[in-house]
Amino acid sequence: MSVTAFLTDSTLCIGCKACEVACKEWNGVGEDGLDWSGFSYDNTGSVGASTWRHVKFVEQTPEPGFGGNAPEMNSWAFSSDVCKHCENAGCLEACPTGSIVRTEFGGVYVQPDICNGCGYCVVSCPFGVVERNEQDGRAFKCTFCYDRQKVGLVPACAKACPTESIQFGEIGALRRKAEERLAELRGRGMRDATVYDPVDTSVGGSHAMFIVRGDPRTYNLPPKPEVPTIYLKKAWASSAIAAALLLGGTLVAFLADGQRNGR
Amino acid sequence: MSDAKARVVPVGRVPDSSAEQRLLEIRHEAERRGEVKAIGIRPSGAPFPQASPETGYYGIPLLKQPSWTWEVPLYFFTGGAAGAAAVMGAIADYTGADRKLVRDARWIAAAGAVISPALLVADLGRPARFLNMLRVFKPQSPMSVGVWTLLGFSGAAAATAFAGFLAERYGPSLPLRIVENAGQAASLAFGLPFSNYTGVLIGATTIPVWNQNVGELPIHFAASGVGAAVGLLELMGNDRSRALQALGMGAALFECLEGLRSESSDHSHLDPLKHGLSGLMVRTGGVLSGPVPFLLRAASLFGDKQRSHEFRRWAAMASVAGSLVTRFAWVQAGHASARQWREPLGIAQGEKPELGE
Repeated sequence: MSVTAFLTDSTLCIGCKACEVACKEWNGVGEDGLDWSGFSYDNTGSVGASTWRHVKFVEQTPEPGFGGNAPEMNSWAFSSDVCKHCENAGCLEACPTGSIVRTEFGGVYVQPDICNGCGYCVVSCPFGVVERNEQDGRAFKCTFCYDRQKVGLVPACAKACPTESIQFGEIGALRRKAEERLAELRGRGMRDATVYDPVDTSVGGSHAMFIVRGDPRTYNLPPKPEVPTIYLKKAWASSAIAAALLLGGTLVAFLADGQRNGR
Repeated sequence: MSDAKARVVPVGRVPDSSAEQRLLEIRHEAERRGEVKAIGIRPSGAPFPQASPETGYYGIPLLKQPSWTWEVPLYFFTGGAAGAAAVMGAIADYTGADRKLVRDARWIAAAGAVISPALLVADLGRPARFLNMLRVFKPQSPMSVGVWTLLGFSGAAAATAFAGFLAERYGPSLPLRIVENAGQAASLAFGLPFSNYTGVLIGATTIPVWNQNVGELPIHFAASGVGAAVGLLELMGNDRSRALQALGMGAALFECLEGLRSESSDHSHLDPLKHGLSGLMVRTGGVLSGPVPFLLRAASLFGDKQRSHEFRRWAAMASVAGSLVTRFAWVQAGHASARQWREPLGIAQGEKPELGE
C-alpha cells in the first residue's frame, strides 16, 4: 500500500469537465444549480460541498503563443482543482469528533457516519475546500476516492481524464514526474510554467500538486497557505493571560470591597 | 455655480489621431471581410472579467465563509457571561461578600450552563450526533477542548446553583454542602477558560481578520464576558456593590483600549472591523461596551444617590447590549473577511474591498 497523490497538469487540460462529471457520478454528489457566473465557461466558481473536482477557466488578454491561440483571441488555460489533501491538514486537526482522518494512502477523509456538521473544518481549511452541505448538515469534500483506492483502482477523475492532465500515482514518483515535465515545458519555451506544491509552508506539501503557467494566484492557489494550528500557542497564551486577569481582578475587587466594609 | 458649469462640460475621450486611425481600420476591415475580428467591447464592470495575478481568479473568494448561524455568536455571549459570573460568584463567596450577589451570580452561571449547550447543539448540521464530540479529546482542536470545558462547566455550575437552592429551601445538610462547595470550585476552574476560549476558537482559523487578532481575541472576549456578567448582576439588583463597579470599570477600560488598537491600525486585514455592516456592528458593540459604560460609571461616582443609581443601571444595560452586539459583530466580520479575496492571495489592495452584505 503506497502513499499516493494527484498531479494535475494544466498544460494538458482541455476544459472538458469529464473529471467533474466522473466525480459526481461515482460519488453520487448532487447538482449545485444552473446559474451563469459570467466568468468564462466556469459557472461553478470553486470546489465545495457539491463540487469535489472543479475545472477553472483562466481567460486572459491576448498573449501570442500562450496555449497556441490566435493573437486576436483571448488566451485560455484550464486547470482542474481538487482538495489538496495537505500533509498538515487544518480540517483534520480542527475536527472535534475525529470524523476527519488520514487514510493509509495519505489522503484526508471525512467519515460521513461520524461528522456532526459543527462547521469548524470549514473555517480551518486554508484552501476553502471543505464545506457544509446545508440540506444534509454534514461537511463534504473530495474523498480521494478512498473506496476505489481500497480495491486498487485509480480515482474516478483520473480515470476519466482523456488527456492525462490528471495523473495519479505514488507520491515520490509523481514528484519526480512533475520536475521532469517542468523541465520539458521550460525547454519548449514555456518559461512561466511552475509546479504548485506548498512544501515550504506550515501546510508541509500536498497530495495534489499542480503544474500551471504564470502566477499560481491566477488559479486561486494561495502563495502562503497556513495550517491554523500555528496560531494555537499565541491563542492559548492569550487565553491564560485573560484567565489570570479575570481571577486576579475579581480577587482584588472583592477583597478591597470586603476590607472597606470592615469584614 | 461650479455645479452648473460642470454639467455643460462634455464628458468622454478627447479625440486624437491614433483613435481616429483605429476607427478607420475597423471601417476598412468591415468593408474588406464583411466582419470585424476584435475582442469586442468591455465596458467597465461588465461581466467579462479576466483572470490575472492582480485580479486573482476573477476575484472569487478562495476561503469559505463560516457556516455558523445565529446560535454560535449567541453562544459566545451566554458562555462568556456565564463563565465570568461563575468566577465572580465563587470569589464573592470565598471573600464573604453579600449572599444575594453570590446567589445571583450562581443563577446566571447556571442559566448559561443550560442555554449554552442547547445553542451549540442547535447549530450542528446533525444535532442528534452531538455526542460524537465526546468520542475524542483533541488538544490541538479548540472546538474539542471547548466542548469538554463546556460540559465540565455546565455540570458544575448547574449542580452548584441547584444544591444552593435546595439548601436554602429545605435547610443545610452535609451532602448539599459538599456538592455546593465542590461544584463551586469546579465552576471556578472551568469558568476561567470557558469565559474566553471562544476567542481561541475563532482566532485559530484561516479567516484573516480572526487569526490576525489571535493574540487579542481571548482577552477581548473575556473583557466582554465580564462586562456582560457585571451588567446582569447589577440589573438583578446588586447595584450597590463596589467590587462590581470596579470590575465593570476595568472591563470597559479594556474595551476602550481594544477599540483604540483596531481603529489606530490601517492594516487591510482589519477592514472588516471598520467598513460595511460588520464594521458598523463592531463599532456599535465597542462603543456600548467601552466608552459608554466607562463614562456612565465614572459619572455615577459623583452626585446624589438617586442619580448615581440611574447611571449604574444605564451602564449595566449598555455593557450587556455591547457584549451581545460584539459577539455577533466578530462572526459577521469573519464573513466579510472570508469575502476579502485579496488577503489569502497576498495581493496588495488596489481599491477598498466590497463589504456590502
